[in-house]
Amino acid sequence: MSDSNNNTPVADIPYGMGKKTLSAYLVGFLLSLLVTVIAFGAAAVGSTGVEDLGKWRSYLAMGATKVNETHIYIILAVLAVVQLYIQVICFLRMNARKEGFINTMSFLFAIFVVFVVVGGSYWIMWNLNYNMMH
Amino acid sequence: MTRNTTIECCHDDVHHEHEHNADGVDVFGFWLYIMTDCVLFASLFAAFAVLHNNTFGGPALRHFISLPYVLGETLFLLFSNLTYGFAIICMYKARKALVNFWLVVTVILGLGFVLMELSEFIHIIHEGHGPQTSAAMTGFFSLVGTHGLHVSFGLLWMVVLIIQLLRHRKIDNTMVRRLTLLGLFWNFLDIVWIFVFTVVYLMGVL
Repeated sequence: MSDSNNNTPVADIPYGMGKKTLSAYLVGFLLSLLVTVIAFGAAAVGSTGVEDLGKWRSYLAMGATKVNETHIYIILAVLAVVQLYIQVICFLRMNARKEGFINTMSFLFAIFVVFVVVGGSYWIMWNLNYNMMH
Repeated sequence: MTRNTTIECCHDDVHHEHEHNADGVDVFGFWLYIMTDCVLFASLFAAFAVLHNNTFGGPALRHFISLPYVLGETLFLLFSNLTYGFAIICMYKARKALVNFWLVVTVILGLGFVLMELSEFIHIIHEGHGPQTSAAMTGFFSLVGTHGLHVSFGLLWMVVLIIQLLRHRKIDNTMVRRLTLLGLFWNFLDIVWIFVFTVVYLMGVL
């Protein structure tokens, strides 16, 4: 394999992720930036009191006059998952082709475990709280 | 001495594959470690989700949160991921000086993130709301603090690689493997931060 003296390229390690390219990084970066700013904007709007959404209408020209807090929670959750997707595809270059299959599968399994741990804990504790308080 | 030999005697497939792709197997092993680290963060998220309202009479989390400040932290981390990506691309072209340059920039941006987070913690503790004052604060400091600790260790790793590159190593297979592993770690930290800032800060401020 070549070294840096001759400035010839080094070999890729074939570990199942796609090749990292400059364009993928830039696209991923810009999309992540966009989604981040939108998420912060949604939280900022939500924190100022959502009933006043009317005063934002002139800026955003939104159709709804009443957005309640649950909507903003959902928007934030969706944006987080979208950004996860962007970063995993553009930065980590995860793919579903044959060479990336086991990386993707182990990632999906870890996500499943995360859902069980977080969701399960929250469900159990919510039920305990409910049963103790009622 | 390279690990990618082309031995042509009758090894079985697994051994042959291992000879040719020991680095790939190492990276997959590190990937599995990253997955277990995700589960660790999941348990911290679960604790935070359950406990974030239990402030023991203290102020709700939204009193401490400044959205522009957190946006600053987020941008530091996001930019540092981009500059690490530049370092990786320069690594593929074996431009050692450029790799070092982008690694140094990444360290500076990562340090910016850590220092902002430390300053926020010190401010909150100074106001009398340390991790021992309530379950909510314990959950907050555990989750955000563990992530910050991960970032700090990643920065240490990066500094060590910079020193190695400066002193004597070339961009050989070993350095490619090390930089690849650190790249996975650094990307993973940004991904966890997405969920930290969404769940703790953005949802906390609503």
